[in-house]
Amino acid sequence: MDKNTNDKIKNELKQNEVCLFMKGTPAVPQCGFSLAVSNMLKHLEVKFKGIDVLENAELRQGVKEYSDWPTIPQLYIKEEFIGGCDIVKEMFEKGELQAKLKEKKISYKSG
Amino acid sequence: MSLKLEEIKGLIKESIPDAQITIQDLAGDDNHYSATIKSKIFSGKSKIEQHKLVYKALKGKMGNELHALALNTMEI
Repeated sequence: MDKNTNDKIKNELKQNEVCLFMKGTPAVPQCGFSLAVSNMLKHLEVKFKGIDVLENAELRQGVKEYSDWPTIPQLYIKEEFIGGCDIVKEMFEKGELQAKLKEKKISYKSG
Repeated sequence: MSLKLEEIKGLIKESIPDAQITIQDLAGDDNHYSATIKSKIFSGKSKIEQHKLVYKALKGKMGNELHALALNTMEI
């Protein structure tokens, strides 16, 4: 990964408490897995930034190297990599995602 | 870009020999799968680490030849 891409990822993570690297945008997701994670965050009314990796091939590859994770979407909370669709979905269903948001002091709608 | 179900199973078995694998071809296109994998090596590891072990077994195919593999990993 070049330094620019690495810097771009780091900056996005610093500037946005909840960051979702996804295919498409929260309004128009381009992949079912990206849609699913985006919908869970919307359901919890979490303020997040969706970053469309389809617009930038270097970013798409870079974020996979950054997290050592081969797929998109990727959810980050306060710079910590949380997981892809399966993990986030499981956490959401078990209430662990909500617990993680609480622990990280991110506001969300409970109940 | 596709990968046969038996190939996926083979690759996982190769690096996780005790794996009990159940795979479903979700769309019948050799490209969208859902797998449940049980193994002793997952014990004490976070979900991220568990999934990474599976991705590692797939030797870079995940996200390339293989578009979608929904994963559920469990320790036994």
